Amino acid sequence: MKIIFIAWKNCWQKAGATTLTLLLLSFGVGIISMMLLLENQLSEKFNKNIKDIDFVLGAKGSPLQLILANVYHIDAPTGNIKVSEAQRIIKNPTVKEAIPLAYGDNYEGWRIVGTTPRYAEFYEVKLREGKVFETPFEVTVGSYAAKELGLKLGQTFKSNHGLDKDGEEEEGHDQLFTVVGIYEASGTVIDRLILTPVESIWEVHDHGDHEESPHNAIVSAEEHDAEEHDAEAHAHAEDEHAAEHGHEDDHEAEHTAEEEGHDHEDEHMHEEEREVTAYLLIKRLPMAPMILPQLVKNTNMQLALPAIEINRLNENFGIGMSVVKAVAILIMIISFLSVFISLFNALRERQYELAILRTLGGRRIQLFILILLEGFFMVALGLIIGLALSRVGITMLSDMAKDSFHDEFNAMIFLPQEYYLVGITLGLGVVASLLPALRAFFMDISKTLSND
Amino acid sequence: MAIIQTSDLQYTFEKGPDLFFPSFQAEENSELLILGNSGTGKTTLLHMLAGLRKPIAGEVVVNGVKLNSLSGASLDRFRGKNIGVVFQTSHFVQSLSVMDNILLAPYFSNNKVSKTDAEKMLDRLNILSKKNKKTSTLSVGEQQRVAIARALLNNPSLILADEPTSALDDENAKEVLNLLREQTHALKAALLIVTHDNRLKDEVKQRIELTTSNR
Repeated sequence: MKIIFIAWKNCWQKAGATTLTLLLLSFGVGIISMMLLLENQLSEKFNKNIKDIDFVLGAKGSPLQLILANVYHIDAPTGNIKVSEAQRIIKNPTVKEAIPLAYGDNYEGWRIVGTTPRYAEFYEVKLREGKVFETPFEVTVGSYAAKELGLKLGQTFKSNHGLDKDGEEEEGHDQLFTVVGIYEASGTVIDRLILTPVESIWEVHDHGDHEESPHNAIVSAEEHDAEEHDAEAHAHAEDEHAAEHGHEDDHEAEHTAEEEGHDHEDEHMHEEEREVTAYLLIKRLPMAPMILPQLVKNTNMQLALPAIEINRLNENFGIGMSVVKAVAILIMIISFLSVFISLFNALRERQYELAILRTLGGRRIQLFILILLEGFFMVALGLIIGLALSRVGITMLSDMAKDSFHDEFNAMIFLPQEYYLVGITLGLGVVASLLPALRAFFMDISKTLSND
Repeated sequence: MAIIQTSDLQYTFEKGPDLFFPSFQAEENSELLILGNSGTGKTTLLHMLAGLRKPIAGEVVVNGVKLNSLSGASLDRFRGKNIGVVFQTSHFVQSLSVMDNILLAPYFSNNKVSKTDAEKMLDRLNILSKKNKKTSTLSVGEQQRVAIARALLNNPSLILADEPTSALDDENAKEVLNLLREQTHALKAALLIVTHDNRLKDEVKQRIELTTSNR
C-alpha cells in the first residue's frame, strides 16, 4: 500500500467529477496539441514548397488561387497562358529561371504535370529508381503518388482529362503514359505529382477536341520547327527549350519521338497557340519585383508573389487558429478550476478521512503529497488522453486531406511545443492542487474530529 | 509501569470555561471508563491522551514517553505505533476496501504487519467475509468492528475508544464492548473508553466521572 495507490483510488471515488474534469482537460489539451501539430506541419509544407520561387506567372484571376494551384497543387488553375506571350517576361534579364507547368490531365485523380526535369531538381528531389522523363509520354512519379497508385517502373496507364478523377470521364485519352522513374520521398509537392514533359500535355490535347473544350487550350508544342511560323518566335521557342532541357540532345530525341506518333492536324497549329498553366519564376536581380509587374500590364497574365499570398493566407488562417486556441485555453482554465474545486470539495467531505490517517500515524507531509498526487493524476491522465485525442484528430484530418488533396499529416510526431504544453499543464495542475493540499497539511485534526 | 499516566491536565477553548481534568493512570490489562455529559470535555481529554491536542497545562505520559516532548512527525509516528483509537462514528477512506482500510494503520505508522495478520484480525472480529467490500456497504455494527480492527492491528498498548457504542443498539453495544475487552486482554493493553453511554456504567468497574467543576 502506497500513498500513490490511495491517491489513485481517491481519484475514482468521485468518478463523475473526475470524468468531467478529465473531459474538459483532455479536450483543452487535445485542441491545443492538434492546432500545434497542424500549424507546424502546414507551415512546414508551405515553406518547403515555396522554397525560392519568387513569382508565379499565370492567367489572371485570384492570385492566391494561382499560388495554391501551381505551387501547392491543391486548387484549380486560373486558366492558361500563351507561351509566346510569356516569353517577354521569362526572357527578361531579371529572371534567372522559369519552370513551366502545364495541367490538363490526371490519373486516378492524381495530377499529371507537364514540366521539365528542372522542376524536381529545383526541389532537390532525387530519383529512387529508373530515370527522369525525357520524351513525351514518359512519366516520373512522385513517391507518395507511386505508393498510393501502386505504380511500378515500366507500367503504362491512360490519363483522364481534367484534374479530378470523376471530372470528365468521357474525355479519356488514348495515349499510354509509361512510368520511367520514381522519385524519392522529399516532403515537397513533387511527392504527390506525376511529372512528364510539357510536350506530353500538348500532344494529348492535340488529338481531337481542343476546339470545343475550354480546357483544351493546351496544344501541340511541335510547331516550333514548322515552316510557317516566324523566325523570331522560333528563336524564343528554341531558347525556351534550351532553358528547359539544358541541352539540345534531349530536345532532338524528344523531337523525333514525338514526330513518329504525330497527327497531321498538328501542322495547322500556331506557335502562339501553345499554352502552359503557369511559370514558376526565380529572380536573378533584386529589382525584378519592380520591373516584371510592368511587363504583365495590359496582358491577360498576372504575376503573383507566393510569399505575400501565403502570408495573407496565414494571417486569415491565423485568426481562425487563434480563436480556436483561445477557446481551448478557456476550456483548460475551466478544467484547472474543476481540478481545484473537485479537490476542495472532496477535502471538505473527506476531512474526517484525512484526520483518521493522521491518527493512524500519517504525517502532515504525507497528506499534502496525497492531495497533490490526486490532482496530478487527474491532470496527467487528462494530458495523456488529450494528446492521444489530438493524434486521432490529426489522423482523421490526414485521411480527409488524402482524399481531397492527396496529402497527409503525420500524427505520430511529438513537437517541442508540446513539451511546453505538457510542462505547463502539469505545472498548473500542481498549482490547482496546492491550496487543497496545503489545507490538508495545516488541518487541525482534533478540531475536525470533534465536529462530529 | 503504567501504560498511561496523566497529571493535572488543563485545557481552555477560546470561548469557553477552563477545563480541568482529574489525574489518573492505567496499567496493563486494565479498563477505565471516563464518563461525562456533553460539555465536560470528554473528547478533548481523549484527544489530549492521543496526542491530537496539546494540553495548556499538565502532562500525558504513554509508555514512559511524555507526549509533550514529541512534536510533528515523531508524535504522529508514536501515536500510530502505540495508540489505537476507535471513534464514535467510524470514518474510513471511502475509496478503499475494508482490508486496505485496516492496512492503513501499519502503513502510516511504518509497522510491519502481514496480510495474514490482518486477515486473522478481521476473522477474530467476524468480518473476514467483508474484507473486499467498500466500507460504505457495511452496517453500522460491522463498520465499528472494522474500526476496532484498524485500531488494534498495530498491537497498540493503549486503546482509546470515543463513544464506541453510542451509535449502536443494545446487542451490538454489548458485543463491541466485549470485543474491545477481549482484544485488550489479548494485547495486554490498557483500554480507555470515553462515553456518556450509561449502558456501559455497570459493565466497567473502574471509572472516572467528568464534571464541569473538577477543580
